[in-house]
Amino acid sequence: MPAWLSADLAIQASYFVTAALFILGLKRMSSPVSARSGILWAGAGMAVATLVTFLYPGMSNYGLILPAMFVGGVLAAWSGRRVAMTDMPQMIALYNGMGGGAAAAIAAVELYRGETVGYATSTLAVAGGIIGAVSFSGSAIAFGKLQGLITKSVRFRGQQILNLLLLVAALGLGVLVAAQFNSSAALVTAFFLLALLLGLTMTLPIGGADMPVVISLYNALTGLAVAFEGFVLNNAAMIIAGTVVGSAGTLLTQLMAKAMNRSLGNVLFSGFGDTGAAATGAVTGSMKAIEASDAGVMMAFGQKVIIVPGYGMAVAQAQHKIWELTQLLLDRGVQVRFAIHPVAGRMPGHMNVLLAEAGVPYDLISDLDEINAEFETADVALIIGANDVVNPVARTDKSSPIYGMPILNADKAKNVIVIKRGQGAGFSGIENALFYLDNTRMLYGDAQKAAAELIQAVKAV
Amino acid sequence: MTGIVALYIFMLAAFTGYEVISRVPVILHTPLMSGSNFVHGIVLVGAMVALGGAHTPLEKTIGFIGVLLAAGNAVGGYVVTERMLEMFKSSGARSGSARPH
Repeated sequence: MPAWLSADLAIQASYFVTAALFILGLKRMSSPVSARSGILWAGAGMAVATLVTFLYPGMSNYGLILPAMFVGGVLAAWSGRRVAMTDMPQMIALYNGMGGGAAAAIAAVELYRGETVGYATSTLAVAGGIIGAVSFSGSAIAFGKLQGLITKSVRFRGQQILNLLLLVAALGLGVLVAAQFNSSAALVTAFFLLALLLGLTMTLPIGGADMPVVISLYNALTGLAVAFEGFVLNNAAMIIAGTVVGSAGTLLTQLMAKAMNRSLGNVLFSGFGDTGAAATGAVTGSMKAIEASDAGVMMAFGQKVIIVPGYGMAVAQAQHKIWELTQLLLDRGVQVRFAIHPVAGRMPGHMNVLLAEAGVPYDLISDLDEINAEFETADVALIIGANDVVNPVARTDKSSPIYGMPILNADKAKNVIVIKRGQGAGFSGIENALFYLDNTRMLYGDAQKAAAELIQAVKAV
Repeated sequence: MTGIVALYIFMLAAFTGYEVISRVPVILHTPLMSGSNFVHGIVLVGAMVALGGAHTPLEKTIGFIGVLLAAGNAVGGYVVTERMLEMFKSSGARSGSARPH
């Protein structure tokens, strides 16, 4: 090896390449055309960084590092391969929590060892430690809730005060640890236990519907924790990657909260998520049913059909049938578009993934801003598994809990067909005025069965 | 790396993250969150260094857990992101004769 080519230079150069690949990869992920290559670029960056880290001067314990990487990697690859697309949000929460836990573990090792010098370093280790630990235990709760393992939202009087006390206590211990660094292991242990507990108590009261925002927030927090530990270890790749994720995740969290018409503070500290407010303002009129054969004819002879899918469609696994129906209509020369509300599915963009899985090309899919003006010229709006996101009271009724939430203006279409299991209210318990409009017809039944009937009806035309 | 240089890196990286994401269409939000989740899997290199320098049994145990979790973050994040993104296709790729519009 030539004298100028030291291990340190190789490591620094590789981390530089990795940081560039991460940023370029994320950039490529911002367009559906290049998104696939984006993850490949980022993956190459990760491989380079991981391999070169084995050259780190003074590294030992390879007998522990390799098995840990093997076990963690194999378990994650196995679970990631077999998870259903509908369960993707909780899987992201799980992997994200693991990253937070790893950041906290780095902080713990450094703090227990107590070799790192300087208050700045110890403070950053502590900060990354508390954030990582909160993200770890909080993400575990988020996973449990979305997976259906935790069904109750634990709430009691004074809960916010308890959380605040826990935060203050954890911060207090953190300050002690940071200031006296090399002091006692018991102090460090107590600090981490409090931080883990804080993640639990912060997340338990939040309802399932708000979880995507929380997962996104923890994703950003994990990034920040990784960046802080990067400062501690003097590792530029960690600082850059962690910070990029921290700021990108913060923006993503804001976008999601905005799409749900909630502020972040509201999500974290109120708990609307699954209780829902009592329905107000009785809706007048009656629901009018339609047979699948008539609905099929209506769509087959229309010029333009807009399909509004909701999570109910994915639960019923009806997306493949809906795509089959769409292809039949396209072949007849009918214009078909999919209108996706930002919170269709369980997090923004989730519905697009589910439709993509069924084979729907992304250029048939439009988001709220693109499609809303087009409902007026649509012959049929087909609502399948969506409810609150097409409820016109969000525009009209100031007393409604969803007032002000951006909705898809399906009520403006010439005809509205709603596929619905029964006559109940939506996820939030709010009556949907759309169902009672003169131009709305209800097609009762299971989403998959109804879609199959529609296919038969269009084929018979 | 001096403290002030580290601060500069922090600031520039923060703006970069914000800018890169700000042009992302909503349809890619879920894969993108998953992709950024993968990117912070870089914590793996830190966990490797931490375990590589651990001495006591306590440090080694925590370091081991750290590497295991970090490897899960990196590998799991990659697998699910790749699975989601490979499904995105345009109508050009659709079988059949009809084209939209």
